[in-house]
Amino acid sequence: MATIRFSIYRYNPEADAKPYMQDYEIELGPKDIKLLDVINKLKAMDDTLSFRRSCREGICGSDAMNINGKNGLACITNVADLSQPVTLRPLPGLPVIRDLIVDMTQFFKQYHSIKPYVINDSPRPERERLQSPEQRKELDGLYECILCACCSTSCPSFWWNPDKFVGPAGLLAAYRFIADTRDEATSERLDNLEDPYRLFRCHTIMNCVDVCPKHLNPTRAIGKIKDLMVKRAI
Amino acid sequence: MGVPVRRFDAVIVGGGGAGLRAALQLSESGLKTAVLSKVFPTRSHTVAAQGGISASLGNVQEDHWEWHMYDTVKGSDWLGDQDAIEYMCRKAPEAVIELEHFGMPFDRLENGKIYQRPFGGHTQHNGKTPVQRACAAADRTGHAMLHTLYQRNVRANTQFFVEWMALDLIRDADGDVVGVTALEMETGEIYIFHAKAVLFATGGAGRIYSASTNAFINTGDGLGMAVRAGLPLEDMEFWQFHPTGVAGAGVLITEGVRGEGGILLNADGERFMERYAPNLKDLAPRDFVSRSMELEVLEGRGCGPHKDYVLLKLDHLGPDIINQRLPGIREIAIKFAGVDPIKDPIPVIPTCHYMMGGIPTNWRGEVVMPKGGDPESRVNGFYAAGECACASVHGANRLGTNSLLDLVVFGKSAGDHMIDYIRGEMPDWKPLPADAAGPSLARIARLDNQTGGEDVAEVRAAMQRTVQSRAGVFRNAANMALGVEEIAAVAERAKFTQIKDKSKVFNTARTEALELDNLIEIAVATLVAADGRKESRGAHAHDDFPHRDDENWMKHSLFFGEGRRMEYKPVHTRPLTVDYIPPKERTF
Repeated sequence: MATIRFSIYRYNPEADAKPYMQDYEIELGPKDIKLLDVINKLKAMDDTLSFRRSCREGICGSDAMNINGKNGLACITNVADLSQPVTLRPLPGLPVIRDLIVDMTQFFKQYHSIKPYVINDSPRPERERLQSPEQRKELDGLYECILCACCSTSCPSFWWNPDKFVGPAGLLAAYRFIADTRDEATSERLDNLEDPYRLFRCHTIMNCVDVCPKHLNPTRAIGKIKDLMVKRAI
Repeated sequence: MGVPVRRFDAVIVGGGGAGLRAALQLSESGLKTAVLSKVFPTRSHTVAAQGGISASLGNVQEDHWEWHMYDTVKGSDWLGDQDAIEYMCRKAPEAVIELEHFGMPFDRLENGKIYQRPFGGHTQHNGKTPVQRACAAADRTGHAMLHTLYQRNVRANTQFFVEWMALDLIRDADGDVVGVTALEMETGEIYIFHAKAVLFATGGAGRIYSASTNAFINTGDGLGMAVRAGLPLEDMEFWQFHPTGVAGAGVLITEGVRGEGGILLNADGERFMERYAPNLKDLAPRDFVSRSMELEVLEGRGCGPHKDYVLLKLDHLGPDIINQRLPGIREIAIKFAGVDPIKDPIPVIPTCHYMMGGIPTNWRGEVVMPKGGDPESRVNGFYAAGECACASVHGANRLGTNSLLDLVVFGKSAGDHMIDYIRGEMPDWKPLPADAAGPSLARIARLDNQTGGEDVAEVRAAMQRTVQSRAGVFRNAANMALGVEEIAAVAERAKFTQIKDKSKVFNTARTEALELDNLIEIAVATLVAADGRKESRGAHAHDDFPHRDDENWMKHSLFFGEGRRMEYKPVHTRPLTVDYIPPKERTF
């Protein structure tokens, strides 16, 4: 089997004054198909190499990283498709805790800021709140987000203003609740985003769409929120 | 040593479905509650559940919780406790409606109600015909449910300790639980969490097998902690092999595929399940389908160059149904099996998926153990829910979609009973024992100072090979006896694992070594319990004792770490309000 070369961002705050890139070479076995398979093997060789991982099937969102310059999930990336040396860096724009592990506090803070839950203060019916298949379809492409942060950390607007701009993941979630017929807080949600930064820092660069491992489209969701803003202004 | 102490009314370990449902109860009650999770909550393995959550809503066909209860008892091969099963099935409609009210994005029927699909072992009229009972959000039901529960906890201002790994349970001289120790992964510091009540919702341990649908984090941490604290584990011989793991990759393909009309084919292109289960066919319970598949392979009718898998065919459903109801499966098949199921069948094999056993509890979520003649004496201050617990609703074999239901029903029940306990019986905290963090500090120190030991990855692989080869779908006495010896040897090796990384900040080598401590306890429990059970029941198929033996073996097993000994306790045969469902032959 083929040998593959890696160049991986390393930083251990206890030992390193500053980050550096470390080279690795590894023989691929027949079961080393996904990038995560291979970096797990690297970790068995060098147990100091640190990264997050869990489900290994693209649904938990743990192993987001910057792979040859583009954000993605290691577990659903075919290693054979990558040009060498395979360069792995932490997600851009967030503080690095160690190696490929970033501090996601700011990312989740923005997610929490949009009130990511259905708001409905009418008395609860005995049974389910009804929703037609068409109404439910409005949530497709929105609810599937896995909060991996590939999108927000590929967005220049989020890099410059992570504390003020909600970012693509948070805005996708905001629209997910606006689009839900069971939610009664659309106008409150629009108020929450009506400011020069929170929503309007999106300049439709569309990196978010390009990198989303679940093929979601935050830019379109952001556009729909902007339309609603315009509509209610008239 | 000055280990910092943090004090809460309630501490929940685990941020998956059960932990989050309990957290909601406790946070909304106003009690000071901490949720510890070694991963960000939405990364918990509940997120990977696909097919649905069962409830007799009757949205598509007539259905009743009594029928659901019958199916669950029969599915459990009469090892499930009928009081707990009644409780779960009776509460199911209310639990699912509540999730809908929380905002869970269920698929819908034309009339606006929640969409339901058929699933293995779920029937009308006590086994007559399949029923549509699985409430689904496409094939991402677990994701939809976990995110909804997390979101609801954001609303409730639940206090999370994210990327904190619990290390050991703290019991005082009375045997009562008074807290846990935990490792803050970002700093490497150890803390004591002092609590009036502790809930374990730490999930499964499928990673004791080499081939598993489970995530890397499924290392059974709660069970390891329980055994080290002297508590027993119940029914550990029962592991569910899901019929449809992607051959080679282990990734799960939901039973919902067969619920929507997919079928299993052998090398002759025969729909072989018609032979084994003339009535339910491909929708027989999982233990039954997995054994049938293994027999096909053993008898030379497997597919592929090595004749070692069967095929799951669904192209006849058409692209519309596949894209609408099973989009995630299509994605997984393309990525992990290299086939597009719209055109080609998916190669599948039975793959370790779910742990029916766990920490013994009752339907209230209270942990129980034998004491002074009472087989189920309450362990004060200790609760467990979800896959880590054994209530026991799944008995010897779990029905698909009953796991998500288990999480929310018993997560809530445990939360409610913790509130009653804390408010009613615990005006103050019981004092911590001296040296409460001692055992945890010793484990960390051992890893820091170990030299000349084996790599964690090596020992873990040896454990996985042993469990995979000695506790598979079909078992026999000679093989299991060998397994008991082999796993004892691996457990010895695990005491001397060595990590090269001795740093403190986010040291994942250390976390993996600590997880191996937990996995090993479970692997030992699995083999000892399996070796002990001289009958075939549910997922425990014993070649030397091919029949169920209700007279001698309709009882739960209890494994104790000390001396690696087994005890047994009776199955609960008295439901809460309805009549007992007596054992029958289990055919489909």
